[in-house]
Amino acid sequence: MYRRVSILLRKHFVSVLILCASIVIPFSSVKAADPNAGKALFQQNCASCHNVFKKVTGPALQGVEGRWADKKLLHQWIRNSASVIASGDKYANDLFNSYGKQAMPAFASFSDADIDNILEYIKTAKPPTPAGGSNANGAPAGGESSDNSLLFGIITLILAIVALILMQINSNLNKLAGDKEGVATPEPVPFYKNKAYIALGILLLFMVGGYYTIQGAIGLGRQKDYMPEQPIFYSHKVHAGINQINCLYCHAGAEKSKHAMIPSENICMNCHKSINSYSGPELFTAEGKKVDGTAEIHKLYDYVGWDPEAGKYTKPGRPIEWTKIHNLPDHVYFNHSQHVVAGKQQCQTCHGAITEMDEVHQFADLSMGWCINCHRTTKVQFADNSYYSIFEKLHQDVKDGKIDSVTVEMVGGTDCQKCHY
Amino acid sequence: MEQKKYWKGLEELHNTEAHQEIVKNEFSEELPFESESLLNATTPRRDFLKYLGFTTAAATIAASCETPIKKAIPYVNKPEEITPGVANYYASSYTIDGEFLPLLVKTREGRPIKIEGNTMSTITGGSTTAKSQGAVLSLYDTARLRFPTIGGNETTWTELDKQVSAALAGLGGAPVAILSSTLLSPTTKKVIGEFLAKYPGSRHVVYDAVSYSGMLAANEASYGKRVIPSYHFENAWTVVSLGADFLGTWLNPAEFAKGFAATRKINAKNPEMSRHFAFESTMSLTGANADYRYTHKPSEAGAVALALLAAVGGNVTAPTLDPKVAEGIKKAAASLKANAGKALVVSGSNDVNVQIIVNAINDAIGANGTTIDLANPSNYRQGNDVEMAKLVSDMNAGAIGGLIVYGANPVYDYFDSAKFAEGLKKVKFSVSFNDRVDETTELCKYAAPDHHFLESWNDAEAKPGYYSFVQPTISPLFKTRAAQDSLLTWAGNTTPWVDYLKNEWVAKLGGIEAWDKALQDGVIEPATAPARGGAAFSGDVAGAAAKISSAKKGGKLELVLYEKVAIGNGRLANNPWLQEMPDPITRSTWDNYACISNTLAKTFSTQLGDDYEINLGKKVLKIKANGKEVELPLLIVPGIHPDVVAIAVGYGRSEKVGKAAGGIGKNAYIFSSFNGTTVDYFAPEVAVEATGAKYDVALTQTHNSYEGRPIVKETTLEEFKKNPHEVNEDRAELQKFGKDFRKDATLYHNYEYPGIKWGMSIDLNTCFGCGACTIACQAENNVSVVGKQEVGKAHEMHWIRIDRYFSGDENNPEVVFQPMLCQHCDNAPCENVCPVGATNHSNEGINQMAYNRCIGTRYCANNCPYKVRRLNWRDWNGADSFENNLYDVADMNDNLTRMVLNPDVVVRSRGVMEKCSFCVQRLQDAKLAAKKEGRPVKDGEAKTACQQACAADAIVFGNVNDKNSAIYKIRNEEQTERMYYVLEETHTLPSINYLAKIRNKDAEPKAEKEAAHKEEAHHA
Repeated sequence: MYRRVSILLRKHFVSVLILCASIVIPFSSVKAADPNAGKALFQQNCASCHNVFKKVTGPALQGVEGRWADKKLLHQWIRNSASVIASGDKYANDLFNSYGKQAMPAFASFSDADIDNILEYIKTAKPPTPAGGSNANGAPAGGESSDNSLLFGIITLILAIVALILMQINSNLNKLAGDKEGVATPEPVPFYKNKAYIALGILLLFMVGGYYTIQGAIGLGRQKDYMPEQPIFYSHKVHAGINQINCLYCHAGAEKSKHAMIPSENICMNCHKSINSYSGPELFTAEGKKVDGTAEIHKLYDYVGWDPEAGKYTKPGRPIEWTKIHNLPDHVYFNHSQHVVAGKQQCQTCHGAITEMDEVHQFADLSMGWCINCHRTTKVQFADNSYYSIFEKLHQDVKDGKIDSVTVEMVGGTDCQKCHY
Repeated sequence: MEQKKYWKGLEELHNTEAHQEIVKNEFSEELPFESESLLNATTPRRDFLKYLGFTTAAATIAASCETPIKKAIPYVNKPEEITPGVANYYASSYTIDGEFLPLLVKTREGRPIKIEGNTMSTITGGSTTAKSQGAVLSLYDTARLRFPTIGGNETTWTELDKQVSAALAGLGGAPVAILSSTLLSPTTKKVIGEFLAKYPGSRHVVYDAVSYSGMLAANEASYGKRVIPSYHFENAWTVVSLGADFLGTWLNPAEFAKGFAATRKINAKNPEMSRHFAFESTMSLTGANADYRYTHKPSEAGAVALALLAAVGGNVTAPTLDPKVAEGIKKAAASLKANAGKALVVSGSNDVNVQIIVNAINDAIGANGTTIDLANPSNYRQGNDVEMAKLVSDMNAGAIGGLIVYGANPVYDYFDSAKFAEGLKKVKFSVSFNDRVDETTELCKYAAPDHHFLESWNDAEAKPGYYSFVQPTISPLFKTRAAQDSLLTWAGNTTPWVDYLKNEWVAKLGGIEAWDKALQDGVIEPATAPARGGAAFSGDVAGAAAKISSAKKGGKLELVLYEKVAIGNGRLANNPWLQEMPDPITRSTWDNYACISNTLAKTFSTQLGDDYEINLGKKVLKIKANGKEVELPLLIVPGIHPDVVAIAVGYGRSEKVGKAAGGIGKNAYIFSSFNGTTVDYFAPEVAVEATGAKYDVALTQTHNSYEGRPIVKETTLEEFKKNPHEVNEDRAELQKFGKDFRKDATLYHNYEYPGIKWGMSIDLNTCFGCGACTIACQAENNVSVVGKQEVGKAHEMHWIRIDRYFSGDENNPEVVFQPMLCQHCDNAPCENVCPVGATNHSNEGINQMAYNRCIGTRYCANNCPYKVRRLNWRDWNGADSFENNLYDVADMNDNLTRMVLNPDVVVRSRGVMEKCSFCVQRLQDAKLAAKKEGRPVKDGEAKTACQQACAADAIVFGNVNDKNSAIYKIRNEEQTERMYYVLEETHTLPSINYLAKIRNKDAEPKAEKEAAHKEEAHHA
């Protein structure tokens, strides 16, 4: 058996090789810029103000490269927009003025490759399909394959019907031929009574049913896009987006603890002692109901026992019972400080464009597959953090060019007992 | 080196049929159906399908597809020092019954969850004991009194104060007595002094459940000071213990274990260690760790001391003793004299005369002022038996107006508890500060429950100038009040106790900053250790000798009382962790029993020592002594004197003490007696008869048998000096596979651990078997309590057990303790057989368990050569969806008790395998701290719970890949001769190595040893 296979393989070696190559080549991109890396960077750093296709805080970025005369200048703009404006570049100054002189924060840490990656992502990004909804920024490469599958599905259906008709014709012809030759053939059974067809149907039903049952079972307890109503309409968009309050100002635990910490009410009152009315853009709930921002601030005062008229605390505070959105099972150990401090991850990587959300919803499905995928692709601060200096062999491999970077997985980040104990 | 035969029990030694049976059927377990009819039921196929369908549907509905809504509730005003998810540590102290252990208490979100030793103390150096590790669970004891009571009914503190003040005012000059156990707190004593001053004629009587009054009185007679000296085991190269269990229960065992261990650490470059002789009646933890051990009857304790004094040159005549013991005394005396000034004799006797003789011996061998420091005595026990006897008779005479009980429980543990209870009735009013309705509190009119020490403010003075502090680690859980506050209130002082203590110390230290620093450090010690000093010995040796010689001779059988390492005097008896900790010697849980030798046991039944040890049911004996009798099951303990019955105190508590301790075992204090000056914890005359009844005792001795495979290595010091490599001779055989056994003895690819590779080393020479690690592990890793019945079925859950092996003479065997935990094999047999990949290897060499993947096939446990995997046979902790499945025998799942759970470690549900994880949560924490600071993990930063708890530092843990780590040095530089892996030849490649035990014995001639071996084999 083995021999035969190997001979076969040898015979067809060339064609196998071509086949393999034709599979591999389209995927192994020769371009230096990596749109996937760019996408991650974009979502971490740009997405709070920019959208590729529509104007938000900043301009829509589609075709941005064409709008700038010089790519080098664009790089400089992204790294430090103020310097470009100061240099007196006309396009830059016009842009600055047309957006209400709101400066873009500097991204000095971006390398040229990083910026190229982002630009590549902007170039290749596809507009979100209306059905895709919030999935569009989340699921990697999901969009294209769904189009094809519809096409395949239609083709399969047509082929199946053709096959069915052909088989019926075949059996009818057989019967006719038999009749002519005087051979007794049994009366043809209609296809819905044909045992073979019934068996096939049941099998198909079983497979499709089984697939959806399993998918449903896996999804049990997962609550992607979960957006509960909260006791106070607290808008992350207003706080972190429009007012640019640093996430860590309120979620101070993210740098120190496993919990990011829902801020205690005294943190809210640091600002809201003086900010007692809302004057920003109109707020709407997900259902489209208008929200009175000032009333919501006064709900906080009620909880914390603050009398805004008198300007002092007049009764003992009560805690606010927020509904927890991001829930991990008990058998998972997750540590925010690990990801934020040691891993240098942005909040948005897991929580999505939080600065855009009035009401927070769960961005990722928080499934184990989602965690593991990220651990497989994310690079650790291998050269910068001397914790990793003990991984001598990996350092040698990087030096020798055997590997170009070290992922979380390579230092054990997919071991069971890194998260389960 | 030829291999000694090791055995866990006589059944294994004699390889009885029952033993073979149990070993053969180790993994087959009958289905846990309780009703027989269910097993015999004939279920037709259709019925079966119906049941199947119904249960599947029912389970689906019960499991419910709805996701529960969870709330996230932040603080209103977050305390600055609390970051949710980050532990805070507070310094505190364990001072219960005079034991002294400075501690660090780990709190999470305001709940104390784990106790560690405070390494800043030079007295204990961060040591802990099983009891102090378990104390955190006692905080959450559901049986604690939750409010003050009057006559057993709930009341308020105001009402109680009103009534007590009225009662005190109405005494009309009759004195009040405060009856306490040993108090180490100088400031509490000051408060007591203030109270006593308010009520003239009143007095403070100190009473210890297990008294050291004889020693205090003897020191008063010998040196003119009623004190207990400080013992320096770390300087003693010969230690003779006359029935003093200094490694298990005597005075302050953690301190002594640390000191003693310092003289037992040994390597080939420096092959010196102390020599330890033990003379005792029963097998104690200390005796089990002796190099030479001899047994005598308890009534001969004085004679043994006298003989030793005569042998070291004292002017007394040696009484005649058993030739073996006499031989031992000669040997011990020679060693003591050879190490004059570096030797120490300690005695556990509570007899003044015996202790005077012991003082004379210590004086003769130059211990006075060197290993025994009388200039800086310790305060560990202060009880006075004479004063206590006087108090009891005064109470009976109606001469005591009021009694305030503070931490003492004489109705339970006094030798004449009936008389005390009788006297209590004649006292006009009685108050108890005790934390629960114990036997004494039940009889007191008022209960004014004190805080648990983890909720209290206090201080403690172990030795002059050596202070330690107690500070609250949690707000009081119940409506309790500090005893000091009660006393201050009743003395008319309105200063709250916390301020009283603070004022006292701020004045003493000269500022609030110094006080804050003292609280932060937990201890205050002299900058330089004060000079040790002896005291002139002026004891009446001749008089003491005469009294000992004229003492009543014992009968045929004698009885001795002892304290168990975990339960001690019974104060912490309602602690399920401690109840379930297997006794180091008997390996039994949840009970006390009559320990007797095999020789004596045979007189009750010829089949004893055969299947007797395997079956749970033990013959019940009726034991009569001092006019009292109890019925207790019989347990064969090799190494106990053939004419002695030994019973542990601390059991037989009343039901009101709590679910774990209530009604378990029998009270053995009733056999203690008063000899006019002190309480004796033995009875020279005891009658024993079999009742014919049987009683189940849950022993873990027969569980996890190694079936004679060589897993312990030991040698004698003499042989080790001659040829240090001999103990590991058999490792040379592994060379036949090639130079590197790890790489060359396998076909598989060798995995190089890229970053950290964790490893552990356990020194069998300094593991004394005390069990602190077992309890520390239980607290750290949320290990479940299963209860006596389930222990009987070998379902105990401890991740680290301490195997106790006997070898040699079954009447006086040698003992080895071997901590056994998951070996984290790099070629693990368990990993290969898991059908679902629930257990596998990490890149740091940890054998990991993914609980949620485990389906409970138990293949891994069956394939583990070390037998360290534990299946959750039942739902011990409510992790199951079905409430009725919960199996909880000791209130471990009350919402209160569950506060002790470590939130970083998940609780395991039914049908899931678990085992030691190398405290992975601690390792991850240490790594994260390093990562955040951008530096590699330092050696010693990541400590396992067992390692941290060990008083003797027998466990070393670290990164084997780090050439500067202690573990690397042990394996590759310091201990290459003694280092071995258990069952190494199977190529499991364990991550834990052991260091061979070395006994400081003269090497026995091998021929003789082998002959003895053959004889044994012949017997079997």
